[in-house]
Amino acid sequence: MKPVLIRNGRIVDPSRGRDEVANLLILDGKIEAVGADVGAPDGADIVDAAGKVVAPGFIDVHVHLREPGGEESETIATGARSAAAGGFTGICAMPNTNPVTDNAAAVGFVLKQAAAAGGARVYPIATISVGQKGQQLAPMGGLVDAGAVAVSDDGFPVMSSHLMRTALEYAQTFDIPVADHCEDQALAGGSMHEGLMSTRLGLKGIPSAAEDIMVARDVLLAELTGGHVHICHCSTVNSVEIVRRGKENGVKVTAEVTPHHLTLTDEACAGYNTDAKMNPPLRRPADVEAVRAGLKDGTLDVIATDHAPHHYESKERDFDEAPFGIVGLETALSVGVTALVEEGVLTLSALIDRMSCMPARIFHLDGGTLAPGKPADVVVFDPHAKWTVDPGAFQSRSRNSPYAGWEVMGRVERTFVGGRIVYHAAGQ
Amino acid sequence: MNPPENSLDILDAGEISRALERMAGEIGALAGGTDNVVLIGIQRRGVELAERLGGLIQTTRGPVPLGALDITLYRDDLQAIGPAPVVGETRIPMDLTDRFVVIVDDVLYTGRTVRAAMDELRDFGRPGRIALCVLIDRGGRELPIQADIVGHFVEVGSRDRVDVLIQEVDGVDSVRVVRGSGR
Amino acid sequence: MTSAALGKDLLGLEELSRDQIELVLDTAEPFKEVSERAIKKVPTLRGKTIVNLFYEPSTRTRISFEFAEKRLSADTVNIASSGSSVEKGETLVDTARNLEAMRIDMVVMRHPSSGAAKFLAERIPSNVINGGDGWHEHPTQALLDLLTIRGALGKISGVNVCICGDILHSRVARSNIWGLLKLGAQVALCGPPSLMPSGIEDLGVKVFRRIEEAIEWADALNVLRLQLERMKAGFIPSLAEYNRIFGVTQGRLDRAKKDPLILHPGPINRGVEIDSRVADGPNSVILRQVTNGIAIRMAVLYLLAGGRPDSAELSKS
Repeated sequence: MKPVLIRNGRIVDPSRGRDEVANLLILDGKIEAVGADVGAPDGADIVDAAGKVVAPGFIDVHVHLREPGGEESETIATGARSAAAGGFTGICAMPNTNPVTDNAAAVGFVLKQAAAAGGARVYPIATISVGQKGQQLAPMGGLVDAGAVAVSDDGFPVMSSHLMRTALEYAQTFDIPVADHCEDQALAGGSMHEGLMSTRLGLKGIPSAAEDIMVARDVLLAELTGGHVHICHCSTVNSVEIVRRGKENGVKVTAEVTPHHLTLTDEACAGYNTDAKMNPPLRRPADVEAVRAGLKDGTLDVIATDHAPHHYESKERDFDEAPFGIVGLETALSVGVTALVEEGVLTLSALIDRMSCMPARIFHLDGGTLAPGKPADVVVFDPHAKWTVDPGAFQSRSRNSPYAGWEVMGRVERTFVGGRIVYHAAGQ
Repeated sequence: MNPPENSLDILDAGEISRALERMAGEIGALAGGTDNVVLIGIQRRGVELAERLGGLIQTTRGPVPLGALDITLYRDDLQAIGPAPVVGETRIPMDLTDRFVVIVDDVLYTGRTVRAAMDELRDFGRPGRIALCVLIDRGGRELPIQADIVGHFVEVGSRDRVDVLIQEVDGVDSVRVVRGSGR
Repeated sequence: MTSAALGKDLLGLEELSRDQIELVLDTAEPFKEVSERAIKKVPTLRGKTIVNLFYEPSTRTRISFEFAEKRLSADTVNIASSGSSVEKGETLVDTARNLEAMRIDMVVMRHPSSGAAKFLAERIPSNVINGGDGWHEHPTQALLDLLTIRGALGKISGVNVCICGDILHSRVARSNIWGLLKLGAQVALCGPPSLMPSGIEDLGVKVFRRIEEAIEWADALNVLRLQLERMKAGFIPSLAEYNRIFGVTQGRLDRAKKDPLILHPGPINRGVEIDSRVADGPNSVILRQVTNGIAIRMAVLYLLAGGRPDSAELSKS
């Protein structure tokens, strides 16, 4: 592998508190040096990053790859490449495939497919319960040995408090987070947020309380057990507040929020737009305000896309019947820059922190840093580049994005994983 | 109300009144007495003209039943006429079977309105005879339809319009030719 | 005239203007006369093919549409489908493609999913009339309710209308709310809170907790049918309790000062939401609603089928 010198970029590395124009040298797949006078050895590839930002590659702890079982929507390979196009050098693959990732062989399969893909690193997440049925604990030790970095029954909530408690206790042996999709199933069954919009559209709603109740339960169980609970896709005022108080009380709770919950409300469902249908649903302006504030003050640790590809035919149906979920890997950075950084909600450094450093930290993954000696997982992007979102041009196999047609700012130019280029924007 | 610039009033109130008197007499003559006559005016201004004729006949021969017919639902050109016009009132006073029905309209031109009126009247019985009485016949027939009683014949270009204005609807009695605007 | 024209489809009253709604009501009047004739037929839609696509069982609405279509001389075909919930979505897209291939002129659709009529309308060039989609809208029902109120009370503006019952699951309620508000009525709702949708007051309606208050206030009551399934799903304890607390009973009406008009979309659950004596009583206009229903549906079909807005050239007479 040739050495790579990324020259004159604005190096933003929140893990080391750095934000300066400098050079970055990659050697043997690792960060060799960062500094203004770092030079290129003979035979190195030179990447001119003047005017661009050079940051640790993004890490998404909540991604759905549809292999095995749903390959028409996405495969591990297309998902890994979609991630790379979005500037992600690492993604965690949720286990709700068909069959689910609840045994060591399944974990191994994901790793094997990912290695062959040549895109972002894929870290498998295994199930909490066998078959995701919410009854019996899956063999966590075997799953972790095989390579799982966390457990989750996402797609489904863990309704049994007993099971959740046990999982939180048992997971401490392996020091992995237990990630929960918080939704009280008895209050669920709707297809969008329960509010004025759902009333007007005549659709059954999912009340915010359905999420709040389970977030509270999980934080209390984490307090009881001392375990690490990770709250998936926080979307409500109360969820943020509950997590905030949990942290204040020393509970080991981490939480994520999606780009869409940071930017869209239930108004996006107008006209029965199935590309605005996901779970948890888009909510009210007050909820958007709350999650933005939570991301800013660190209550919500990371941005995670909950990338949920669906083949266009499955979304091309009436709202009630359409599946939940939207893709997000290829728009996350741009949405973050356009709606958060440009609007003064977050600094660029804070955005990178929430998209790279913090995910690595809370899931104990390599990456999220440009420290010398660490793997060269690097993203180079132009924070000022303007473009129009065209799902037809995505690397992902699916097109289900509510951002279609949006004019956004911020575009990935190059993504390096272990010093190798895994994405290179056209015309660069 | 001032007439538009490219128009010409060709009949005034007095001439219209004299025409209607003559037409009322001809109805009686044509029907051999008015005992069996029913006057049906076509919406819109045909209805008011039928009422005037009915009034004139009443003074000489006695009352005749009056009706109104809206032919919008029987038009043969519903697709081409643009946003659907509002449908007016249809009011047929009795079963028309064996009756001498006189259709009254303001202007006879292509004949399509009368054709539609005859189609509609069939749904109210089987008249013994249908006669057509119009204030203005401007020629230009597109169907083999003729008027039995005509107030005035008028010759105009195909792009001209002939408007009958009547007191009850337009505030004045007049027949007006509007040049060149077509229909 | 162009501003009042209806456009390609009738999907709901939320998107119609006051003028458009009044156009439909005014157009329905002459169609009432057609239904009084010995020969109840006009040739207006002769040669048009209309499909009644009913994914939910419905007798009265379907029959009402069928009569409306036949009285306009259209050719009608009924498709009743009770596809399983898994197949519903696939069926809709394929159905749309098939209808387009058969060059159907107009489709009247009833479907259990909200938004289904719009889904179809966006995909086929035929006129689509929403005969009821999920909980969302049932525009022709609301239009005939408006026509009935206007006919009985002489106006809608300023009239107090209270809709009573299971508002949460009711497309009739939603369409009525939109129509009444746009025509200037005062609108109230009354029913168990567990069957009252979120945020409904934000639409500009009052909510009464007790039926007695609603009866005191209203010039007209639109009493909705309560479905047995609601009790089974746990929204209310029992039908008997519902009648005792929320029923429009003769006793309650006797004690009230006003004599409100009584409307009901049908079919009536006698003894549940309404007493027989009320339904059959002097203030009930329930049967008039049925008559008006055919006239309204004829008016809607006529207005949607009637010509293209771009060729406004009037034909010669």
